[in-house]
Amino acid sequence: MLFIFFPIISVVVQSFHVEHEQVIRSVETCDLFGCKQSTTIDQEATAALRAESPLGQFAGLTTYLDRNHLAVDEVGATWNRTDSWRDFGSQMLNLPFYKAMGFTLTYTFVVTPLVIILGFVIAVAVNSATRVLRGPLIFFSLLPMMITPLVGALILFWMVDARGIIGTTLQYLAGDPNLSVKASTPLMWIMLMVYGVWHSAPFAFIVYYAGLQTVSQDTLEAARVDGASRWLQIRHVIIPHLLPLTTFIALMQLMDNFRVFEPIVSFAANAHATSLSWAIFNDLGGETRQLSSAAATSVLTIIGVAILLSPVLVRTWRDFDRK
Amino acid sequence: MFLKKVALASALSITAGAAFAACEISGNVSIVGNEFPAIHTVANGAAACTGGEVKANLTADHQKINLAGMQGNPAEYTSAIIANSSIVALMNEDVIRPLDDLVAAYGQDIPKNQLITIDGKIMAVAFMANAQTLAYRKDVLEEIGVEVPTTYEEVLEAAEKIRAAGISQYPVGGAYAAGWNLAEEFVNMYIGHGGEFYVPGSAEVAINNEQGVAALNMMKALTEYMNPDFLTHDSNATGAEMEAGNVMMMNMWGSRMGNLMDDEGAEEQVYSNITVGGPLTVGGGTTPASTLWWDGWTVAKNISDEDAVATFLAMKNGTSPAILNEETMSQAVWMIEGYTPAPVNDGVFAAIAAGTTSYPMLPYQGLLHTALGDNLSDFLLGKESAEQALADVEAAYTTAAKEKGFLQ
Repeated sequence: MLFIFFPIISVVVQSFHVEHEQVIRSVETCDLFGCKQSTTIDQEATAALRAESPLGQFAGLTTYLDRNHLAVDEVGATWNRTDSWRDFGSQMLNLPFYKAMGFTLTYTFVVTPLVIILGFVIAVAVNSATRVLRGPLIFFSLLPMMITPLVGALILFWMVDARGIIGTTLQYLAGDPNLSVKASTPLMWIMLMVYGVWHSAPFAFIVYYAGLQTVSQDTLEAARVDGASRWLQIRHVIIPHLLPLTTFIALMQLMDNFRVFEPIVSFAANAHATSLSWAIFNDLGGETRQLSSAAATSVLTIIGVAILLSPVLVRTWRDFDRK
Repeated sequence: MFLKKVALASALSITAGAAFAACEISGNVSIVGNEFPAIHTVANGAAACTGGEVKANLTADHQKINLAGMQGNPAEYTSAIIANSSIVALMNEDVIRPLDDLVAAYGQDIPKNQLITIDGKIMAVAFMANAQTLAYRKDVLEEIGVEVPTTYEEVLEAAEKIRAAGISQYPVGGAYAAGWNLAEEFVNMYIGHGGEFYVPGSAEVAINNEQGVAALNMMKALTEYMNPDFLTHDSNATGAEMEAGNVMMMNMWGSRMGNLMDDEGAEEQVYSNITVGGPLTVGGGTTPASTLWWDGWTVAKNISDEDAVATFLAMKNGTSPAILNEETMSQAVWMIEGYTPAPVNDGVFAAIAAGTTSYPMLPYQGLLHTALGDNLSDFLLGKESAEQALADVEAAYTTAAKEKGFLQ
């Protein structure tokens, strides 16, 4: 428990603080190419402030509420200024947090069901293949998951390049020689989601495949005797049997997809799509690290995951309670 | 091939160091820095010193570890090799020491122009320079009959002619990848238009003005002639486009010209015609739309004076004329006596001669750079106006600067 909670507590504490006021002084700076006026931090004056409270200034929720996060003031102003939902929506997507949320939620709610459906279909298909073929089939179906996400995304990134194999095929199919997946926001979103499904479907597949091995053969036999078609067997025997597994997969996938990160980095897609995880990475990756901002986004991510999972968790808890 | 070069360079510089075994230190040295051949040469030069242990941790992720590694007491790293943009991150946290007394005692022979002084105190010693300048295809410009462009307006005209002649659909290149690269291009273009980033003497940003809009409009005009994927092209990718023979003109780093002009990765027709030009100006201005960069070394604050002296001597040895030989000469534009520039370095020298300004060495410039990198792509994609994009940058920067305590 300590291992889990200590880092979270430290992140929460960090997010409530911002850095000290930095005392700035005008100075002359000289380098190879000449001298000019610039500014620097007055270390002596700032050191005193630092020694007083090493955590920084207590800021309460201000970091959460500022423009780079929940942007309460900006949202309020936009709400009063705009008169249509459409307009309001497009203005909101200009704010970094809502832009990231827009993509993250779309990604989560498109990829999760597709992964579950595709995983299930592959599992049923593999399960009905002859025994000799099953081994190789399972191996190939699992490949996308075995490849490191960054590498897998990079491979796809090169393939969809305007001169790559998929990119050229798309141009041919669309009859537009200037079509470029990397230049268009909708196509980039689709690409990221296709990658997400490609990468995560094996996980759903292997869980379902394991589940299929435990389907009672007697029940299936009985269904067959009753004249149930293959579809009816799946609909009335297999799906109800695998339902608890579906809850498990949905839980894992919602969590994973909400933290979508690697594809955005390896597709260099940040001009088109950002996510909360990417925002944290971006805050920490600049020349000047923005710890408080990253901490606040992290806490918001945790809250987001908790909200997303709450329906599933409540359901599981109820099931458990009933028993 | 690359590895071979590095290995050879290291071997050569170690022997060179041994030949100049005048470097005797009594203390331990630990260097952290970026990972490319020139930095290896410096680290090897430092390692040639005898009498104490010299370690080097060279990695592309050096900026993620150098601050943390210097905050302890004693610090893990006694020296960080940094550039003018990254020295401020170390100065902001007060982890590097002024070098005045060390220079007075041991460094009288270091040329004065290599000493980086801030507020009258020597904070770093520079050893190499870099700048973005024009790279162009000599043969293509001859074919369409235009002079080598000296302004971005001329680049646009030449691009139109190249396209009209059917030579290349997307003849202009540039490192426009959203993020750091895109922000750097804006910084260049804004300086070229004579813009000032801040209200003088304060951390208050002021880029949403005529120059800012003009800079963005010029960038947009250039992207019309770029591969539509430009927002994913960093300097590697756009360099590859030039080597593939698609890009005929681009603004490129001096340190990467060698790769473009060598016989690897391109056909003879392409690499033999790639030529380095000077920095470009824009909008009738005289200041080039480019920034000068230097790489230099620092000495950590939280270490014993003994180790500081050892570090100073080792790093001085690592950047002394002794490290220059046939192999290392072409690795960078060295700011070291005895360096003779090769044609690949013409651009950087032209940039220095043309009075290019150096990248702003300000405590809060990193925050503005991040904000620029995040918010300009919407304009280039045609989703919002230039004014809106600049307003977004200002708002994002102001918020971040408040979180970091630069603004109240």
